[in-house]
Amino acid sequence: MSQNLFIRNSVVIRDSRVWRDGELIFKNETETTLSKFLKAIYKHQNLKYPKFFKMDSLSKLGYLGAEILINGEIQDKNTALVFSNSASSLETDEAYAQTMQDFPSPALFVYTLPNIMLGEISIRHQLRSENVFFVSREFDASLYIDYSKALFQEKKADNVLCGWVDLHNNDYDVFLWQIARSGGIDFNEEELKKLYLPTHE
Amino acid sequence: MSDLHTELKKSIIEQLNLEDMEVSEIENDEHLFGDGLGLDSIDALELIVLLEKDYGIKLTDPNQGKEIFNSINTMADFIEKNRTR
Amino acid sequence: MSRNYLLSDSIISPLGFSTKENLAAILRSESALKWHNNSRFFENGYYAGLIDESIIDDKFNELGSPDDYTKLEKMIILAIQQVLDEQPDLEIENTGLIISTTKGNIDELEKSKFSPDRVYLWKMAEVIADFFGFKTKPIVVSNACISGGLAIKTANDLISTGRFINAIVAGGDLISDFVLSGFQSFQAISPEPCRPFSNDRQGVSLGEAAAAILIGPANSDASEKVAYLDATTANDANHISGPSRTGEGLFQSISRLFQHNNIEPSQIDFLSAHGTATIYNDEMEAIAFNRAGLDHVPVNSFKGYYGHTLGTSALIESILTKHSLLSGQLFNSINYSASGVSQDLNIIEKNKKKDLTLALKSASGFGGCNLAMLLKKGGI
Repeated sequence: MSQNLFIRNSVVIRDSRVWRDGELIFKNETETTLSKFLKAIYKHQNLKYPKFFKMDSLSKLGYLGAEILINGEIQDKNTALVFSNSASSLETDEAYAQTMQDFPSPALFVYTLPNIMLGEISIRHQLRSENVFFVSREFDASLYIDYSKALFQEKKADNVLCGWVDLHNNDYDVFLWQIARSGGIDFNEEELKKLYLPTHE
Repeated sequence: MSDLHTELKKSIIEQLNLEDMEVSEIENDEHLFGDGLGLDSIDALELIVLLEKDYGIKLTDPNQGKEIFNSINTMADFIEKNRTR
Repeated sequence: MSRNYLLSDSIISPLGFSTKENLAAILRSESALKWHNNSRFFENGYYAGLIDESIIDDKFNELGSPDDYTKLEKMIILAIQQVLDEQPDLEIENTGLIISTTKGNIDELEKSKFSPDRVYLWKMAEVIADFFGFKTKPIVVSNACISGGLAIKTANDLISTGRFINAIVAGGDLISDFVLSGFQSFQAISPEPCRPFSNDRQGVSLGEAAAAILIGPANSDASEKVAYLDATTANDANHISGPSRTGEGLFQSISRLFQHNNIEPSQIDFLSAHGTATIYNDEMEAIAFNRAGLDHVPVNSFKGYYGHTLGTSALIESILTKHSLLSGQLFNSINYSASGVSQDLNIIEKNKKKDLTLALKSASGFGGCNLAMLLKKGGI
């Protein structure tokens, strides 16, 4: 079954910088911690969402990426979420394991699953849509394409929000984009890889 | 306001990541859950950890929490009566 | 679109080291849940379904050196090996490997017996793939407690897009200190073996297990096979750990699945629920099932047999559902005493024989995720 799918909008958060559709929209001038960088993006975007401060860093990255990508509200509440990363929730797993030594923290334990990020985005945008979270060694463009195509083919979604949101040892790598049946760039491996790593062309 | 009340507010703000909130903004009789501070079930569990860690009180019946965590006042009363450290 | 079927399968659990042994144990009403007193997080011990590593090593010795693999890797490898043994003609170069797990080798964070990268889920998947010489890159589904069902859905969807011709879905999770202490910090662990949907339920029991199943087209008579019809997922959009009070996400996943496949609730012969035995989860499911018109459908939870096996649970329960359909066997929802939910449910209280054609499997998990899957006996 052939169908044309297109990439609409993309966001990259990497190296203390934020790009939207290839354009640099925010940059942290000074060396800082990840949590300060995340808070700076939150302030820069004028977001008002107290739940943000309760999230672990992985969910914060996913939440912020989605906010910037959407720039407001997700109109189609049936927008599916197809996400993946490399380190799962290992950053928070390690933080939780530290608390296990004396008083295990329930507020950390709840974030020791990577798909909690999908819950956070779903709560924020009231999405009761299809969710999946994959873990792969590195960014796997073809996996997003195959799984998303199936969602469209099976008529489970008309829009898909895809995300690669990875975090470990304070190294983060975030790439989000939307797929729809019209408009934008052709949804194929080549285009996707170009958007993911524009500097490596 | 007693030292314990202030201490509790400080640790709640810190432990529960209530960013941008000041000690002075939490009333002693304000509801911590629901329409007051808006804490949720994970916060309640974290408060149970806080009781044990800071005051040596182990809550065995989770339902007890509902009354104890009603407000800063009820928490402080409970801690005064039951603290082991 | 061509249909995919649930073909050879394997369950490695405290109840046995094959699906056959597991089914026999269930028919005898055996439970894997035993009292253990080996955790510093439980002063008075706890109930769980655990597998002694020495038993795993005994079995694993026939396949390789037990020292080269983690406990979980060995369990999953044993499960996959059984599937391959039943399928000598399987072309491994055209077969995908999909691993479902929530925490993988998380116990290695503390043990550090293997190289540090072994805690990465993709690394564990690669170790397993390399053991068998899979040619396609392994895929890991890690979506909390619906992972096992979502991995079956993923296998079907990726076969339909031509990524591979068939796929082995394999899952596993351990009951490590990590998981035990976490559920304990949630005050979610039952002081006695869990009692899903019962009025005296007091929380979950945890269990460890691995399982594997081959998903693919039927290359012989399909009438004696179980087909994967479809599956949908839906998020509650309500809370990251607390089940929805209205069962919205689970209801949405079931009702969309029915609509999509033109299924009436009355057509469902058996419902394999998630049924973790926490107060809120079971109540949430009862509400969702009622809203979906499933109150008369025979329903069970397998958690009383295995405990909650996390990323494996929906996989094991799908395998058991497949065998329920094939043998016309409804399995007792063990440890159930009397209704403890606000809505009517038709809980299966003893093993019985019945003609079964269409089954619904559901699962729900942290992050507000829900999944519903339709399995059907016979060619379509």
